[in-house]
Amino acid sequence: MTSALGKDLVGLEGLTRAQIQLVLDTAEPFKEVSERAIKKVPTLRGQTIVNLFFEASTRTRISFEFAEKRLSADTVNVATSLSSVSKGETLVDTARNLEAMRIDMVVIRHPSSGAARFLAERIKSKVINAGDGTHEHPTQGLLDLLTLRDRFGKLDGLKVCLCGDVLHSRVARSNIFGLRTMGAEVAICGPRSLLPNDVSQLGVTVFDRIEQAIEWADALNVLRLQLERMSAGYIPSLREYNRVFGVTIERLERSPKDLIILHPGPMNRGVEIDSNVADGPHSVILDQVTNGVAVRMAVLYLLAGERPELAEVAKGGGEGR
Amino acid sequence: MSDRPVLLKGGRIIDPSQNLDAVGDVLVQDGKIVKAGGKISGPDGALVIDCKGKVVSPGFIDVHCHLREPGREDVETIDSGAKAAVAGGFTAVCAMPNTNPVTDNQAAVGFIIRQAQRANAARVYPIGAISVGQRGESMAEMGEMIGAGAVAVSDDGKPVVSAQLMRTTLEYARSFGIPVADHCEEPTLAHGGAMNEGVVSARLGLKGIPDEAEEIMVIRDILLARRTGGHVHLCHMSTKGSVELIRWGKDRGINVTAEVCPHHLHLTEDAVEGYNTHAKMNPPLRTWADVEALRSAVKDGTIDCVATDHAPHHYDEKEREFPDAPNGIVGLETALAVVNTALVVSGVMSINDLVNRMSVMPAKVFHLQGGTLRAGSVGDVTVFDPTESWTVDATRFRSKGRNSPWTGHQLSGRVHATLVGGNVAWQLAP
Repeated sequence: MTSALGKDLVGLEGLTRAQIQLVLDTAEPFKEVSERAIKKVPTLRGQTIVNLFFEASTRTRISFEFAEKRLSADTVNVATSLSSVSKGETLVDTARNLEAMRIDMVVIRHPSSGAARFLAERIKSKVINAGDGTHEHPTQGLLDLLTLRDRFGKLDGLKVCLCGDVLHSRVARSNIFGLRTMGAEVAICGPRSLLPNDVSQLGVTVFDRIEQAIEWADALNVLRLQLERMSAGYIPSLREYNRVFGVTIERLERSPKDLIILHPGPMNRGVEIDSNVADGPHSVILDQVTNGVAVRMAVLYLLAGERPELAEVAKGGGEGR
Repeated sequence: MSDRPVLLKGGRIIDPSQNLDAVGDVLVQDGKIVKAGGKISGPDGALVIDCKGKVVSPGFIDVHCHLREPGREDVETIDSGAKAAVAGGFTAVCAMPNTNPVTDNQAAVGFIIRQAQRANAARVYPIGAISVGQRGESMAEMGEMIGAGAVAVSDDGKPVVSAQLMRTTLEYARSFGIPVADHCEEPTLAHGGAMNEGVVSARLGLKGIPDEAEEIMVIRDILLARRTGGHVHLCHMSTKGSVELIRWGKDRGINVTAEVCPHHLHLTEDAVEGYNTHAKMNPPLRTWADVEALRSAVKDGTIDCVATDHAPHHYDEKEREFPDAPNGIVGLETALAVVNTALVVSGVMSINDLVNRMSVMPAKVFHLQGGTLRAGSVGDVTVFDPTESWTVDATRFRSKGRNSPWTGHQLSGRVHATLVGGNVAWQLAP
């Protein structure tokens, strides 16, 4: 059975406004499940899900696992530190072996762009992309959208700036595609060496200075600066990065607006974001984490082919009542 | 050589080497062209091939292919490659030296020549390595390799990083009158790149290779050719900027020649969408503006010839995550159809131009026999139908490689017969 989202969720690019809206709306009733004493509903009972992580991840993996368990799915975690190019089983063979075990869904995190789609095209099980290389991280994009919608009540016309290492960020790509589809205005800001050279068709504005971004935006989504970017020579030093591009309380205080700050985590405090911003009143960073579980429950629920209009009812069937 | 004379009857004979374009007959006997043009009544016992409605041209010559032997006989051998060549209308191909071990000495060159004789299909001319082991350090024994049959030198697959090595090689090669073929890629700019740097790479999250990675080396090589007087041949040109630089060099009389691959004349970076590893090659597929510039460069002669960069890979190697898949596609059996579809059917140039770029000019640039139907020249002839449409089915290739981006594509232009040294080396089953 094809779900309202299609067979898989490999990216937000290509999803319609209605589909994204559906995920966000479906997430609403699931938020409440996590607030209960017994955080479990029987919706996905009997479904088997493999969390296939080829790259280190703490929060995304845990968030997916909670989402799956709170929906009563049976889950197996496969973490492999094997880099994709190293010896060992190919991704195709891994996929076929999983398929042979008759699983329902695979949540995949992989260092190569396109790996989730590659897998999705080769197995019948449903595939959820939990981050593929520098391509997309759609559930992160969706939880960012949900957090913004919670705060502003709408996404249409909202001004969001993605700050930092857009070039290597899968979070940035999912945000750009998702936000643009939902009618938001999107900008990017960071050192030019960490922005894609050709953004002509991405439909984003480019700000060279963080001050300009702060003046323009309703919300900043501050991307994690991978520390290896410095050793690779993209920026001279972390110190300079913070001084020129860091989101600091001093810079925020100069803004006429009461803008909010998102960060996909894990944060480098004192590099892309100062602690007093991360822990201050502008920050919705922990709301993002909470929403992450609800959004992932919604995605799992919808991909399983459950009827979106029954999400409210589904949560009622829980043992938590 | 040939026991039996071959008479090609009633085709449109196109031989730009002598400005010939007329319907007539071609007689090939004892390995040589006896006559091309007019009505010829065949000698007794001649094999007569009806060529009505088809083009009869000097055999195509590919100055750039990878036959993988020795080293990767699982993906191609000189035998399978030479047979794929004649199926694609190529009567001669030049084999790049990035084999394993590297073709960097006279014994290795001799091995290729022996294997090619056994294959008894297309002629195979070895290209020797520029540097020992293609390591980019010291020059390989060029004189001995040429003595053993090499027709050019190249470190293809890798750029010649050291400008000093390139300079010395161009100077040394001048003594032997052979071209130095360079794979133009500035390695620090191209490092880790998987496709063209542009809007598609930005969307797909793939590391891009900028045009400048190629162009910086193109202009370096042109300037070194100017300094040394050596002949530099630039492999697989892919950008509009390279075309402009080559034009700059040629306008100044610098000894530079260049080739372009069929795929760079036909496909753009859009083919990578969906992480299609059959669209992964190096240099990468670029933009439509590049394709257009390359097409007019082929038409006006800024680019001298078309070469396939035929690069067979194993199925498993392409069936993987895009950044990890190897570069390259097979091209011998689709070259005519792709070039014909992209340039002749689309009205950019004539079939005569196509024959010039695929046969006459490659022979001239690499100083090879063939590329002409003049009486007394070698009996290498291709017969093709430029209007015939066919659907590419990689499983039917003579090459062991199946890695083609054109599988399922309908293309126009089909090879019907290939004569090598007066023998019918290949004929399309009726």
